[in-house]
Amino acid sequence: MVLGIPDFWIWSVYLLCVLSAAACVIYGVANWNRGLDKEPEVSEEASWEEEEKKVEENL
Amino acid sequence: MLFPIVASVLYLFILAYLSLMAYRSTKTAGDYMLAGRQIHPMVMALSYGATFISTSAIVGFGGNAGLFGMSLLWLTFLNIFVGVFIAFLLFGKRTRKMGHNLDAHTFPELLGVRFQSKFIQGFSAAVVFLFMPFYAAAVLKGGVGFLATQFNIDFNVTLFFFTMIIALYVAMGGMKGVMYTDAFQGSIMFGGMLFLLIFVYAKLGGVTNAHLALTNLMNESAIQEQTAKLTANGFAGWTSMPTFNSPYWWAVVTSVVMGVGIGVLAQPQLVVRFMTVKSNRELNRAVASGGVFILMMTGVAFVVGALSNVLFFQTDGKTAMAAAGGVIDNIIPLFLKNYLPGWFNTIFMLTLMSAAMSTLSSQYHVVGTSIGRDLFEKSLGIKANSLLVTRLGVVVSILVSAFFAYIGNQMKTDIGLIAQATSIFFGICAAAFLPAYVGALYLKKLSRKAAITSILTGTIASFIWIFFIHAKNAATIGLCQLVFGKPHLLAETGLAKLAQVDAVIIAVPLSILALVIAAATTRPDVSESHIAKCFDGV
Repeated sequence: MVLGIPDFWIWSVYLLCVLSAAACVIYGVANWNRGLDKEPEVSEEASWEEEEKKVEENL
Repeated sequence: MLFPIVASVLYLFILAYLSLMAYRSTKTAGDYMLAGRQIHPMVMALSYGATFISTSAIVGFGGNAGLFGMSLLWLTFLNIFVGVFIAFLLFGKRTRKMGHNLDAHTFPELLGVRFQSKFIQGFSAAVVFLFMPFYAAAVLKGGVGFLATQFNIDFNVTLFFFTMIIALYVAMGGMKGVMYTDAFQGSIMFGGMLFLLIFVYAKLGGVTNAHLALTNLMNESAIQEQTAKLTANGFAGWTSMPTFNSPYWWAVVTSVVMGVGIGVLAQPQLVVRFMTVKSNRELNRAVASGGVFILMMTGVAFVVGALSNVLFFQTDGKTAMAAAGGVIDNIIPLFLKNYLPGWFNTIFMLTLMSAAMSTLSSQYHVVGTSIGRDLFEKSLGIKANSLLVTRLGVVVSILVSAFFAYIGNQMKTDIGLIAQATSIFFGICAAAFLPAYVGALYLKKLSRKAAITSILTGTIASFIWIFFIHAKNAATIGLCQLVFGKPHLLAETGLAKLAQVDAVIIAVPLSILALVIAAATTRPDVSESHIAKCFDGV
């Protein structure tokens, strides 16, 4: 019996939920300034036609 | 009555202001579809969370927790671990970079351009267009049903005004409008659910006492009588898993937990959000708030849904299911109406309105871009005003989902329609897209033919299983009854037990198998230069 819950499968998942949310916070904070591209990538003036052309080339 | 009206008007005024701001800064296709790829990590995390969590999670699955109990917390764990941690780090980072490399604006476009296949782009868009309205209708039913109860307005009148408001700001502001309003709505949702959790635990004497009271309910003779039929199906109490291999165990584990828990990875409206940020740093930061947000949403909804049984029993001597007249989707609205202070009902009304609108706006946006850009413009090569076609696609998807919600409201079934329709869509996405999506991101030599084989296999297997074999889904949809004269194909056969297994358990492995066999028997057919471009910096 943990936290008033008798079934192992239920109290363990109750704790798992809290721990996994905490793990997300720890990961996010630990990597707060990592992952910035060397050359951050969109021109405000990029027209519809230019974007269409790019995708056409890729297809 | 004045407070709810003032709060609602203020809420709509803020939405209109945010949409107008977005409209003014939406100039290009990239703006309309990807918010210019310059979204702040906090806005991205809130938008992802608010889109992921809808009235379906709070009302639909929360109501399911009133029936099945805290076993649904396995879905919360998957929502956090798979839906945030795995999704952002193993899928999000590669999706963002590959999407930038290929200048893809939508999920079908990412798959189509990666495999250089207009068929993949068009077919994926068609799957989204055909099945997304089921999910949207479920979200609509949850939001509109609650609003109609709150204001004592007719369901259909509420449905009309609700859909009009969402249509306006999706068509106006595009992705920027959707994401700015999502962030605002996500903040309201977080506050509303946090208060609900504290209120319910405090009312029941703290965390342990609340759980103990729920556990001890099963010792009450009145409860044993009311749950006798449920126990025969595997119910073992609200703080225990259903009995292994029972009908309830299959329903909880395969339909609710696996269907939605895995399906989240291939949701077009969520995948596209990875492409709205400018670097992986934003995704790292979004993980921090994303995990807590999801815990506060589904974790609270499922715990409160289960604990509602204690309060219903204390006042009426009934289980939540019995108090709600046997309709799962009514459990949460009834619980809030009966046990929470009036002012909080207004706050929670805005919470649910936010949950519904933030998800619906993204659903309509993704259906619109699927029709306008992916299907008409790119796959069929029809040269028209794509923004106009996109907006028309939004209108069509709204009309279809509103019609389904209207039909759903007429159906007086004893099952949770909201959760059912949601898990159908999540399951189809998992089977149709997930193996090909993993292949697109991780397998450089995967052939176009293998991806197409997997997508077709997953879609067809899901369709057959959902419409003709899965007992609950086939019976609700009614197509099998119409064609074959029986609720599902395995009825009255030795394999009837198999009809309890959700489509996701059958169709996803088949889709993976199809991918593996096709990959092993076909040569790589995507040019090396294109692959190099796809994986540049990934």
